[in-house]
Amino acid sequence: MSMTEEMSERKKEFKTTVGGTSVKRVYTPADLAGLKQEDIGLPGEYPFTRHIMPTGYRGRLWTMRQYAGFGTVGETNERYKYLYKQGQTGFSVAFHLPTQEGYDSDHPLAAGEVGKCGVAIDSLQDMEELWKGIPLAKVSTSMTINATAAIILAMYMAAAEKQGADKGKLNGTVQNDILKEYIARNTYIFGPTPSMRLVTDICSYCVQYMPRWNSISISGYHMREAGATAAQEAGFTLANGIAYVQAMIDKGMEVDSFAPQFSFFFAAYTNLLEEVAKFRALRRMWARIMKERFGAKNPRSMMLRFHVQTDGFTLTEQQPLNNIVRVTLQALAAVLGGCQSLHTNSFYVAVALPTEKAVQVALRTQQIIAHESGVADTVDPVGGSYYLEWLTNQIETEATRYINEVYQRGGVLKAIETGYIQREIASSAYNYQRAVDAHELVVVGVNEFKSGDKYATETLEIGAETEKKQIARLKRLKRGRDNHQVNQVLSRVRDVAGSDENIMPVLVEAVKTYATVGEISDVLRDVFGEYREPNIL
Amino acid sequence: MRNKKIRVLIAKPGLDGHDRGAKVVAQGLRDAGMEVIYLGLRLTPEQIAEAVIQEDVDVVGIDCLSGAHMALFPKTVELIRQKGGQDILVVGGGIIPKKDIPKLKEAGIAQIFGPGTPLDEIAKFIKTTLEKRGNDKKD
Repeated sequence: MSMTEEMSERKKEFKTTVGGTSVKRVYTPADLAGLKQEDIGLPGEYPFTRHIMPTGYRGRLWTMRQYAGFGTVGETNERYKYLYKQGQTGFSVAFHLPTQEGYDSDHPLAAGEVGKCGVAIDSLQDMEELWKGIPLAKVSTSMTINATAAIILAMYMAAAEKQGADKGKLNGTVQNDILKEYIARNTYIFGPTPSMRLVTDICSYCVQYMPRWNSISISGYHMREAGATAAQEAGFTLANGIAYVQAMIDKGMEVDSFAPQFSFFFAAYTNLLEEVAKFRALRRMWARIMKERFGAKNPRSMMLRFHVQTDGFTLTEQQPLNNIVRVTLQALAAVLGGCQSLHTNSFYVAVALPTEKAVQVALRTQQIIAHESGVADTVDPVGGSYYLEWLTNQIETEATRYINEVYQRGGVLKAIETGYIQREIASSAYNYQRAVDAHELVVVGVNEFKSGDKYATETLEIGAETEKKQIARLKRLKRGRDNHQVNQVLSRVRDVAGSDENIMPVLVEAVKTYATVGEISDVLRDVFGEYREPNIL
Repeated sequence: MRNKKIRVLIAKPGLDGHDRGAKVVAQGLRDAGMEVIYLGLRLTPEQIAEAVIQEDVDVVGIDCLSGAHMALFPKTVELIRQKGGQDILVVGGGIIPKKDIPKLKEAGIAQIFGPGTPLDEIAKFIKTTLEKRGNDKKD
C-alpha cells in the first residue's frame, strides 16, 4: 500500500448526523484540554454527567415501558395484560387523537380517527375499564396527554380511587408539555397563556396531592421526530424546561418544592455515540441550569430524569426486519446514556400498529440488553472515552447556543410565535431529506442496498366497527348518567376556568359525573379560545 | 409547454399532527420551481376544498399518518370536484397501507407517495402528469 492510499479516506468530511457535528479521525487527551474533572465527576454527584444514581443500573434497572393503546378500552386492556405477563415493568398509554385534541368519538372531526393512533377514551367509564384487573396502586403509568392532560389526569385519579388506591401513592407521569405541541407535535387546543396556566395548575396540584407523580415530561422526542438535530433537541427542550420552571416560580412556588417532580423525554437515533453524548450533556446542563440559574438547593431538583423512546422516524417501511437492528442500537444508546425508562419501537411501526409478536421482540430487545450485554453492570461504561467526552462537550456547546438564541429572541413563547424554533426544525428536516436524496446519507434499504425481496408483515388493523362500537357506548353513557348533575358541574368548570383558582379539583368532580372529554373541552374552548399555528413556510 | 409556474396547495386533513413530511414536500416542490401554498394542519375536507378553489391551484397534496385517510382523502377529492375543480391533480402521502391504494386511486387520488419517496420523484410526477394533460387537451 502506498503512503497516499494509507492516508486517504472514504469521505471528505465525517459528520455525526445531518447538521450534526464534524468528526475528526481520532481523539486524544489534547481534545479534552479544557475539561475539568468536576465536569465529569462521579455517578450520583453534581453535575450528574455520568448518572443520577451512584449505583446506576446495579441498583435498579430502567423501567421497561412500552407505549401502547389502540381501538377500544377492551382491546387495549388485553394488550396491557399481555405486556405485563411478558415482564414489562411500567405502562404507557397512547390515546387516540380525538381524546388528545378534546373531541368525543362522535364529533364530526373524529370521523376516521377513533381508536387509530391510540385508545378511545371519552369518559371515566372508559378509563375505569382500561385498567380493569390492573391494580393502579401497584403499577406505574405514563400518559401521553397534553392539551387535555388535566382532564385525563383527573380521570386516572378517579379510576384509581374507585379501585381503592390512595392518590398520594400513585406512581406515574403525565406528559403535560404543551410548548413542544406548538413546536412539533401539534395536538394543542388553546393558546399559550391559558395552556401554561393548565400546565402549572397540574404541577402545583401534584406537589400538593401526588408527590410521587411526575407532573410533567418535558419532551424533545417529538422535535427530533419532526427533524431536529441532536443538539437542537437538547437545546430547545431545555429552553422549554427553563420556561416551565420560571412559570412555576412566577406562580409563587419555591423551586425545590416542584422541580423534583419534573421529568424529561428524549429520542434515541441510530448514531450510537452521538446519542450517548447527548444524554450525558443534557444531565450536566440541566443540573447547572437548576443550580446556577434558579438557585435550587435540593440535588433532586438538579437531576435530569428521563424516558427514552427509540425514534420512529428512523425506521423504514422498506425491509422492515432491519428495524430490529436499528432499535437495538438506539436502545443501547439510551442505556449507555443512563435513561430511567425506555420504550423500544416495534419493527414495523413505520407501517402500522404492531401485533403481539412484534411488541414481544421489542420488549425482548430491552431484556437482552439488560441481562445479556453486560452494559448495565457498571455505571457509565463508556465515560472517559476521548471521543465521547469531546462529543459530550460539543453537544453541550451547540445546545447552549440554541438556548441562548431562544432567550435572546425573548423566550420560548416569543420564539414559537415568530416561528423561529419551528423554522429551525423544518429546515433540518429538509436538509436531511436532501442529503438522503443525494445519497450523501445512506439509509440501508431505502437509498442504498435495496433489494426486491418483500417481507410479509402481519399488521394490526382498526376497522370501522371500532368507531361504531365506541359511539354506541358513548350514547349509552349519556343516556344513563344524571345529565342535570353534568350540566351543573360543567358550569362550575366554566367559572373556575375563568378565575385564578386551580382547575384540577373541579375537573375531578366533573369527570366523576361522567362528563366527557369533549364536553369539558368545549367549555374550556369557550372560555380560553383556540390556537392557530403561525405559517412558517 | 406551460409558461406559468405550477401552483400547488399542501394540506393535512383530520386531527393528525405529523407534519414533517408535508413541510419537507412543500419546501421540495418550491425548490423544484413550483409555487406552493402550505395550508397547515387539522383541516376538514371542506376547508381544504374551499381553499383549493379560491387559490386556483393546479395540484393538491394531502397527507395523513394517523390511519384516517380512507375517511378523509376520498371526501376531499369529492368536494374539490363538486366545487368545480374537475382538472385539479390530487396526490396523497403518509402512512397508507398498500391494500388501500387501489381504492384511493379509484376515488381520484392520482398517486400515493409513501415514506422514503425522493422529492424529485414527486416533482417529476406532477410535472409530467400536468404536461401530459395539457397535451391531451390540445389534441
